[in-house]
Amino acid sequence: MGANCFGAAFIAAVLAVGTGVADAKTFRYSTTGDILGLDPYTNNEGPTNTMKSNIYEGLIHRSYDLSLSPGLATEWTQVDPLTWEFTLRQGVKFHNGNDFTADDVLVSYERIKQPASNMTFVVASIDKVEKVDDYKVRIVTKYPDPTLLLNMPNFWIMDKEWLEANNAMDIAEGASVSTYANLNTNGTGPFKVVEWQPDTQVVLEPNADWWGEPQHNLTQAIFKPIGNDATRVAALLSGEIDLMYPVPLQDIPRVNDDPTSTVMEGPELRTIFLGFDQHRDELMDMPGSGKNPFKDVRVRKAFYQAIDINLIQKRVMRGASRPAGLMIAPGINGYPKDLDVRFPYDPEASKQLLAEAGYPDGFPVTLDCPNDRYVNDEEICKAVVPMLKRVGIDIKLNAQTKSLHFQKIGRSGTPWETSFFMLGWTPGSYDAHNPLMQLMTVDGEGQGTWNSGRFSHPRVEELTDMIAGETDVDKRNAMIAEAMEIHRDQVGHITLHQQALAWGVRSDTVADVKQRPQNDVDLRYVTMK
Amino acid sequence: MIAFIIRRLLQSLLVMGTVAFIAFSLFNFVGDPVNNMVGQEATEAEREYIRQLLGLDQPFYIQFMRFVGNVLQGDFGQSYRLGQPVLNVLGDRVPATLELVFVAAVMALVIGVPMGVYTGLKRYAISSKLMLTISLIGVSLPTFVIGIMLILVFSVWLNWLPSFGRGQTVNVGWDSNLFSLEGWKSMIMPAITLCLFQLTLVMRLVRAEMLEVLRTDYVKFARARGLSNRAVHFGHALKNTLMPVITITGLQVGGLIAFAIITETVFQWPGMGLLFLQAIQFVDIPVMATYLLLVALVFVIINLIVDMTYYFVDPRLRTEGKGGGH
Repeated sequence: MGANCFGAAFIAAVLAVGTGVADAKTFRYSTTGDILGLDPYTNNEGPTNTMKSNIYEGLIHRSYDLSLSPGLATEWTQVDPLTWEFTLRQGVKFHNGNDFTADDVLVSYERIKQPASNMTFVVASIDKVEKVDDYKVRIVTKYPDPTLLLNMPNFWIMDKEWLEANNAMDIAEGASVSTYANLNTNGTGPFKVVEWQPDTQVVLEPNADWWGEPQHNLTQAIFKPIGNDATRVAALLSGEIDLMYPVPLQDIPRVNDDPTSTVMEGPELRTIFLGFDQHRDELMDMPGSGKNPFKDVRVRKAFYQAIDINLIQKRVMRGASRPAGLMIAPGINGYPKDLDVRFPYDPEASKQLLAEAGYPDGFPVTLDCPNDRYVNDEEICKAVVPMLKRVGIDIKLNAQTKSLHFQKIGRSGTPWETSFFMLGWTPGSYDAHNPLMQLMTVDGEGQGTWNSGRFSHPRVEELTDMIAGETDVDKRNAMIAEAMEIHRDQVGHITLHQQALAWGVRSDTVADVKQRPQNDVDLRYVTMK
Repeated sequence: MIAFIIRRLLQSLLVMGTVAFIAFSLFNFVGDPVNNMVGQEATEAEREYIRQLLGLDQPFYIQFMRFVGNVLQGDFGQSYRLGQPVLNVLGDRVPATLELVFVAAVMALVIGVPMGVYTGLKRYAISSKLMLTISLIGVSLPTFVIGIMLILVFSVWLNWLPSFGRGQTVNVGWDSNLFSLEGWKSMIMPAITLCLFQLTLVMRLVRAEMLEVLRTDYVKFARARGLSNRAVHFGHALKNTLMPVITITGLQVGGLIAFAIITETVFQWPGMGLLFLQAIQFVDIPVMATYLLLVALVFVIINLIVDMTYYFVDPRLRTEGKGGGH
């Protein structure tokens, strides 16, 4: 009898321990590289931004489906074309227990617009931020800005007292400077940082005092970067991590074959395209000729029609891409669906166009391509080369690592030192104006930084300036459509595709996770079994 | 002896200065770190501001002078990628790499030397031939293939060992894998991967030397004296094979640290090699420069230690030294 009692107690104890373990929901996830720091205003980079958005919050929250919902502000109204009034959420506390008030918004604005900040683009249109009372601020823009709200989710709010107490007001960049805010965090978000061991792990735990109702059921989240593709796949298959991305295209069937793992696929917002030098009077590969064939739209179209995008989609991308006719993906604000049509693949028409333009025997050109930036980037370029050779172009491939590639095609040093290049773009504001400004126009302050081929069309330039300040949604969308159509018909770039997202998920541990089209994991929406 | 050490240390400063200079002249060709740091939305003015802040707008010799000047004051700069002082970042990684290299080197010796002796003594045994054949695989297979194969077998199929990372470490003044079972579980596959090449090398070296030494007159004489096989093999023969083994093993420790780059990348082992590889991808100049200096220092010190070990192992060097005094 005594023994039985003891046995029962023992079993009860085991059960208690058992449920204790079952209640602990630790979510371990991985991608290729570690975060680049924790300061919310430096390093504007995908995975780093995602990590920060678990810890810090903006006035507005961007949900996994890209829709906007109240964050630290409960409501906002436009007072006049230049002025927005935000009512702040009351009773919100930072992780250190400090209260969130209007002063924090003001000081965050002062900090984010410092010259060393990498996030100035989200507040570029803001003239000033005024405090109305402790829970109301007024944002005044320099010009009517239809994208102000779209940028708010990336304007993360920091704590004034914390910044002052730790002498962290200045954004640290460069040698021998103190970087308190880069190593420590104090946000209002649903997760707190417990530990960051560079290149090993970031450990997070839920913020018990978060103002919202958590949708996740996690007790801990651990981010573990794994650089090597094969190792990352192995770690998923062996159950050491619950989710990882990207799954290399050739491993997708293997992960799907595993009984406890599965691949989630979905569209990404990044558009991959090729651009031409339309600026130089003489093509770099044709010294002494005095000619730049790419100034002729027929030549650009000939290149376009020589590329068999369906073959690339089927063979190089193994089906994991969506051929694109426009510079913006579905889901981007202003996307005109009807115009997203590609010119057909037609090598005969291509040869015809080259002959009409005066290049029946083609001409020499070099294609600049990264080899470690986009999904199968070098392989895509390798596929493009023979397609263009077939229509007579004497094309050479220059594929190199991203640091060298972006230095070559970028603006610094010898600006835009390229004749024909690959680039991919996700609009930082999720709005069509961003690629118009960065990629498709040249004149204007801060415009055309990555317009490496210097495409410029007077009407597109004009429309882009108008779109920047147009607040009427229908008018604005019509202007976006017009600009996109001109760019497409003028073959400003050869749009290739949007690559597909591929996440490997353990089906035995993960109950649900939302795949955001910007290819990152928002811990708010992760539930475990 | 002391003069010798001081002379060597002064030489090492010269070596490290040269390494730093060559490194800086090459950094111009690895690309622009600013793009990696600021993200796509930054305007040209913002990029230029960062570039000036970091001194990247200066020619390389000025960047080099600034680096040397700062290093002399004990400031190795700030990692561009992680935004932390390079010394902290590197300091966290040194134990991970040194432990891995230490375990790999010990394994290479502890397994390699007996195997070498065995295959040297029992030249015609089938087991010897088997060992030699298998050891060929060790030299010919690339490190990353061995690593991936181990992961496939022991992590994915058998689920015995973790496929990446250091796992749970114990702090014993530094974060260590050597003092817990969990630590060893994480350590064992990277260590095997890293040591395989060295193990093969040691084994083949010992075998060749043994064959050589066993033919010499003093071994025949020792046998004639009626000494036991054990005394002959280990007391006389093996001892005389150790000179080249020490040299090679010593020099190979440097090689192990260098090879660790690949092993660490495969296993996401957070050591110096992984840090360096990521620094190259990101163009993290302060980290690259400091790492190269450190590796140069390690090589210089290892060579010094090897030279000093000769002094103790080989009595001839000592007598010559004394002879010079007379």
